[in-house]
Amino acid sequence: MRRRRFSIGRMLQYVAIVLFMIFLAFPLLFLFTTAFKSQRELQSPDPQLLPAQWNLDNFTAAIDRANLIQAAGNSLIVALVTTLIVVAVSLPAAYALARSRTRLRKLATGWILLSQVFPFILIIVPLYLMLQPLGLGNSLGGLVVVYVVWSLPFALWMLQGYVASIPVDLEEAGAMDGAPKWRVLVSIVLPLLAPGLVATSLFAFIGSWNEFFFALVLIKDEALQTLPQRLALFVGAEGQVQLGQLAAASLLAAIPSLLFFALIQRRLTSGLLSGAVKG
Amino acid sequence: MSAVDVVVAERRLTRRSRFGPERGAWLLFLPAMLPILVFSVWPLLQGIALGFTNATAARNATVEFTGVENYVELAGYELFWNSFGIGLIWAFSVTIIQFFASLSLALLLNANLWGQGIARTLALIPWAMPPVIIAIMWRLMLHPTYGAVNGGLGAVGLPDSINWLGQASTALPAAIVVGVWAGMPQTTITLLAGLQGVNAELHEAAQIDGAGTWQRFFSVTLPALKPVIIAITTLDFINNFNSFALVYVLTAGAWGTMLPMLFAYNEAFRYGNFGLASAMGNVIVIVIAIFLFFYLRSQARGREA
Repeated sequence: MRRRRFSIGRMLQYVAIVLFMIFLAFPLLFLFTTAFKSQRELQSPDPQLLPAQWNLDNFTAAIDRANLIQAAGNSLIVALVTTLIVVAVSLPAAYALARSRTRLRKLATGWILLSQVFPFILIIVPLYLMLQPLGLGNSLGGLVVVYVVWSLPFALWMLQGYVASIPVDLEEAGAMDGAPKWRVLVSIVLPLLAPGLVATSLFAFIGSWNEFFFALVLIKDEALQTLPQRLALFVGAEGQVQLGQLAAASLLAAIPSLLFFALIQRRLTSGLLSGAVKG
Repeated sequence: MSAVDVVVAERRLTRRSRFGPERGAWLLFLPAMLPILVFSVWPLLQGIALGFTNATAARNATVEFTGVENYVELAGYELFWNSFGIGLIWAFSVTIIQFFASLSLALLLNANLWGQGIARTLALIPWAMPPVIIAIMWRLMLHPTYGAVNGGLGAVGLPDSINWLGQASTALPAAIVVGVWAGMPQTTITLLAGLQGVNAELHEAAQIDGAGTWQRFFSVTLPALKPVIIAITTLDFINNFNSFALVYVLTAGAWGTMLPMLFAYNEAFRYGNFGLASAMGNVIVIVIAIFLFFYLRSQARGREA
């Protein structure tokens, strides 16, 4: 490790990093404090960053007016069901992908990359036309279908990376001891895969929780709207004047994602995803 | 070799083949492949095909194959090309600014400074937020009367009533800043991971040979980082060109921010021109592919030289 020296260069580095941090973190701080300000304080001619009085009126009003509970319920159902299906389906596939060196691997990797390039508009129009006759057009079920196929490629990619990091020798050792294959998988592979499964399901969950475009196209019924959809509507309606409520609603909706990132940030900075990008 | 040894060796061989590449792999793969084929690959093929038809949202209308008619129409569709140009300005600006900002930040985070842990965590904040909420947050920040940006400008005596998202001269630049903000964490973390993979010995050797900081950066760090740089800028460019939610909530495409995806969305779901919207999708794919082809080829050539 090099010794920390103090020089003009170092000083400039500190200045630069502080500026970056302000740029990246200040908007969230501003959202946070705005959410706790009363309407009167927001409109005061001499604005302060911190609210004079921390009040929760905006939160209760936003939950009420934007009907956030209902929208959060819809988002929760869609995200949970999507996550369950994605994990159930991608677990065996990821195992097969990681353990086989066949064409399958190339095909899957090819699709994962290709699916990134194509604009959503090319997929959403035919999907929209397909889901209508199935009765899934304007339903949470249809949204789950779309989210499952939308998150599968990345989940598969992530999970197969975790499988690949488990040495095949361990499985062979288990097999040598005469355990049937399913036992090897359940008692050796699965426990080692647990952190990977948690990470993958969190990614699938957050991806669905945050998604906006597909929900906007598919869901027309107000009672079925997801949280991002409801918030986007709130921006154009009451959010124009009720800035405090808009901030409060946004803050509440961002909590799951913020918590999730707080949980996994260590893994992220230690390069969890760099493998995925380089892969 | 005793008979027992042979049996054991034989068993090991058969066991090994059970865990190696096998036909059963397809069976395990099927539950994942089926939904992808039915709800992703098939619609995509249909979407490409729709771009050559006159499909509309109207019920019971017959869909006819119209060949290149859509593309002839698009060629003279000035609004679409305007939007396309805006998309290119947006995607290039966001990707390039994001890259330089993220590279600087990654270098700083890798420079053994105090408070690095906190800085790394803070740098992830934008990543943790859904695009719709990022857009709402920045609408508050950029609000002409109550926003923090104008507030900050006013505090230092600069003009403080700029309607950032409400006029043609500032809406796109403001949206670009928001785009850079939203995408910085991924780019920074990826570059940081790349930096940490740069061979430290090579660095020390260069230092012993008397290479200065900049010289080491350009002759050791940058070449080692190049594959990561190419990968992340390519991904960023594609993502930015296909971006939707952020600008939809920021400006809804007003004041010269009508990105191609917003335009195509309106064409399909506001005006019901499914065929034409799909044709736009096809044009966008081809243009992205052309840009990527030249970018990746020039980079590959640079590597050979």
